[in-house]
Amino acid sequence: MKLPDQEEKITPDTFLRGLWEENPVFVMLLGMCPVLAVTNSAINALAMGLATTFVLLCSSSLVSLFRKLIPKQVRIATYIVIIATFVTIVDYSIQAISLDLYNALGAFIQLIVVNCMILGRAEAYASKQRLGATIVNGLGMGVGFTIALLCLGSVREILGAGSLFGFPLFAENFQPWVVMILPPGGFFVLGGWLLLFNWYRQYRERKLMEQQGASAHGS
Amino acid sequence: MNQTSASQTQGLVAETSSFAMLRTLSLVAGLSGFLVVLAYQITLPLIEENKRIAIERALFKVIPGAVSRRDFMLTAQGIVPADDSSGDGKLIYAGYDEQGRLSGVALEAAAQGYQDVIRLLYSFDPACQCIRGIQVLKMAETPGIGDKIAKDPQFQENFVELDARLNTDASGLANDILMVKHGTRTEPWQIDAISGATISSRAVARMLNDSAQQMVPKIMTDLDQLQGAGRGAE
Repeated sequence: MKLPDQEEKITPDTFLRGLWEENPVFVMLLGMCPVLAVTNSAINALAMGLATTFVLLCSSSLVSLFRKLIPKQVRIATYIVIIATFVTIVDYSIQAISLDLYNALGAFIQLIVVNCMILGRAEAYASKQRLGATIVNGLGMGVGFTIALLCLGSVREILGAGSLFGFPLFAENFQPWVVMILPPGGFFVLGGWLLLFNWYRQYRERKLMEQQGASAHGS
Repeated sequence: MNQTSASQTQGLVAETSSFAMLRTLSLVAGLSGFLVVLAYQITLPLIEENKRIAIERALFKVIPGAVSRRDFMLTAQGIVPADDSSGDGKLIYAGYDEQGRLSGVALEAAAQGYQDVIRLLYSFDPACQCIRGIQVLKMAETPGIGDKIAKDPQFQENFVELDARLNTDASGLANDILMVKHGTRTEPWQIDAISGATISSRAVARMLNDSAQQMVPKIMTDLDQLQGAGRGAE
């Protein structure tokens, strides 16, 4: 029994889907644990985004390469071992790059292992697609995730600490809104961004409907 | 309908032999082990170097007036220079001023904080038998609350001259280093807590007390060894 061919061709959409239409954070709401926890500054958000992108890319590629070899029954175990391997590599690499950064990200580096976006990509995409499409799609998803984290991180750092990437933005007497870099601030800012995204999405859909209505009348 | 799908699933299950599962899992596990060991081997020297730099930076900040340092090992036989000893022991760092006089000894201490273990470096000045400063090396305290232990100037003032005198039979400290509620510090061996961050403040007090109770008597016994080494300090 062979499943119908699900392999897709690489189109710009393969990459762009992760940025907008299926953005892992703003649309699919995946991987909320690091999204809320480490976005208390822009630099942490960027580092976390890049680390996750690396793990996502490497693990998806490996899953895609081995996809014909992995029996259904042990697929989740296999994916987790593959993901855990790359997380460990990232963990060592960040320690080698900067201990300060490593200390700031804390346990969340190791927790990339349970980021459901990565497991989700392995299960829903990489296990069915060719290597090329998997890499392009994973890169899109990773960039989308990084951008989303950066959106949250910079807003929280500006409001909560009065700086961006560590550079102070305001005069001395600026009173930072500390709650923004604490966990509740993560929820506030995420809520704000989701509101913005959904409002824009609905606005575009309405526009599209109106256009279609108008063209139907015109003809 | 249900039955057919159930029998189909069974058919699929039967197709996969245990051998295939074993083969895949062991292949993946082997590859994983190889990659992890490779990454560990490559990054190990860099990580060690980073840790050394972090400690060195903290060292000169924590010992007031120090311009050079020497490492010592605290072994069962007492304090010996770190390069001479091959055995296990606790590493301590002696800081010297420009004239080669001992200006303080830096020690590592650790205790469970609010979220994770807090590790810090503190300096002990044998001249006044007091603690002269702390530098947090690693922590995961709440940003904006518990992480004030590293920066809060009021909290740092506790460690300008925190009393750590020996008791009369030189077995421990004369007074336990204790945390007190914010604004109620009356004795020189008390630590004024950060209001709102009691758990983090208490962790600092506890680790300083545990470490000083154990280390200060040993340092005071072998003080000559530490002071004499000042000439050759790098």
